[in-house]
Amino acid sequence: MGIHPVIETQALTKRYLHQLAVDRLTFTVGEGEIFGFLGPNGAGKTTTILMLMGLTEPTSGKASVLGFDPSREPIQIKSKIGYLQENMGFYPDLNARQMLGFIAELNSLSGSMVEERIAGALETVGLIGEADKKIGAYSRGMRQRLGIAELLIKDSKVAFLDEPTLGLDPDASNRMIDLIQSLSRDRKMTILISSHLLHQIQKICHRVGIMIKGKMVAQGSLDLLAQEKFGIGNEKYSLEEIYMKYFQEA
Amino acid sequence: MRGIKAIIKKELSDHFTSYRFIIIFSMIAMVSLITAYMVGLNIRQELKEVAKPRFVFLMLFTSSGAMFSLVQFVSFFGPLVGLILGFDTINRERNQGTLSKLLSQPIYRDVVINGKFLAGVIMIAIMILSIMLVITGLGLLVVGVIPGAEELGRIAIYLVISIIYISLWLAVAILFSILFRSTATSALAALAIWIFFSFFISMGANVLANAITGGMTGEDRTEVILKNAKIVNAFSLFSPMKLYSDATATIIDPRRKSTRSIIAVGPLEQISMSRFSGPLPLIQSILVVTPYLISLVALTVICFAFSYAVFMKQEIRSF
Repeated sequence: MGIHPVIETQALTKRYLHQLAVDRLTFTVGEGEIFGFLGPNGAGKTTTILMLMGLTEPTSGKASVLGFDPSREPIQIKSKIGYLQENMGFYPDLNARQMLGFIAELNSLSGSMVEERIAGALETVGLIGEADKKIGAYSRGMRQRLGIAELLIKDSKVAFLDEPTLGLDPDASNRMIDLIQSLSRDRKMTILISSHLLHQIQKICHRVGIMIKGKMVAQGSLDLLAQEKFGIGNEKYSLEEIYMKYFQEA
Repeated sequence: MRGIKAIIKKELSDHFTSYRFIIIFSMIAMVSLITAYMVGLNIRQELKEVAKPRFVFLMLFTSSGAMFSLVQFVSFFGPLVGLILGFDTINRERNQGTLSKLLSQPIYRDVVINGKFLAGVIMIAIMILSIMLVITGLGLLVVGVIPGAEELGRIAIYLVISIIYISLWLAVAILFSILFRSTATSALAALAIWIFFSFFISMGANVLANAITGGMTGEDRTEVILKNAKIVNAFSLFSPMKLYSDATATIIDPRRKSTRSIIAVGPLEQISMSRFSGPLPLIQSILVVTPYLISLVALTVICFAFSYAVFMKQEIRSF
């Protein structure tokens, strides 16, 4: 774990007209890792993810995902990664089956195995009962789980999850965390997850990075960060305490 | 192009199931049917005891019934179809958050806009073709004349020109849907453009021509009138409506020799006109309208190319 970097950036920078969204970001995520991407709103997490997929051009710096350059080979990257955006972005007037079918088509998946794969994915995320209901009628938690089903359909190697537990009730949020954990465990997916629910991140992440105002102020395992901030590394400090310490200092 | 089939399929099914398409299609179908029926009855009345001239069938499209001819109807309301099909193409996806979902799939960005434009063109073609077929059928029934091969050829050309014309307005609508974030704004902007070109261009052309030629005194009166007409013509070339009616003029009405009506006809012209009073052959008709047709296609391409360029450069998160 962590031997072979899957995501790598070097001084990645994005400047919008008047503000520096991402400032010389350098970090790596190893194969099979769950990397917690923390930081306040507007810290540049989403912008970073968009740059890693080639949806936004970086102003300067380099990035590589699975060995591909996002600016030059976005198609190769996008066919191997899955992205759950904050608002999910599913068509409200399609049902789950149609939506996943459309995504399969866009990924050039075809044939009879697609139907099976869709049914299997819906089964895994517990949506098979609601498969013919319009997504517009779904609850937030159901939509998020449909997002996980999308990752299963695409058989993604890497997943970018942007606030996957935002606005979920405790039960739905726990269910989501379990699903994410199973992606890493059963499918060896490399996962970059951004979230504000620090105790959940603490439960599932192997390493975290803390991003404030476009800069990565710390990255590493929890023990390492605790050691850095509080001197002695022991399990006494929660991620929340560590995060607040960094946040106040920044 | 990878994924374009999926996009076109999705767009078509969206169009076919949307209320707005059903409403506009039934409205247009109704108006054109009524017009065709009335025109057909008129033609039958007038041709009762006379020998049938050539190209009776095309008169279904060109002669006006109670209000307007079918050609006029398409030139005026056709744009509305294009605008309604396209005004929220991109910004609706953006507002729903589905645009980034689409773009995070392994497809090139231009596939999205190309697929949407092509789907719109297919919709337009289906609409126009089905309406034309119904009118042709109705014409057969009411007028009782079977169209000849040349007439069918002319109708087919007219069909193609109409599809290009409405696609131009589709391209305009898509451009606005890229430029404006709110669907209401893009709809209003598209409508404003439509109203501007349908009413104000011709008015503006007249005002401008009068302003330029008004001061001319002492010259030959016919010179002034000619100059005035030339200015109006040149100016109105900016209007796609004018281009369209020019491009279809001699195609659908073989008795016309030029795209515009001739003013100030002298005795010599009168003689030559009466000498060549037969209809223009199809190839000649095509030659007359080719420049207008090319301008129409060029306008559509320019408009689409502009939206393409803007869309390719736009930030996904440009709030």
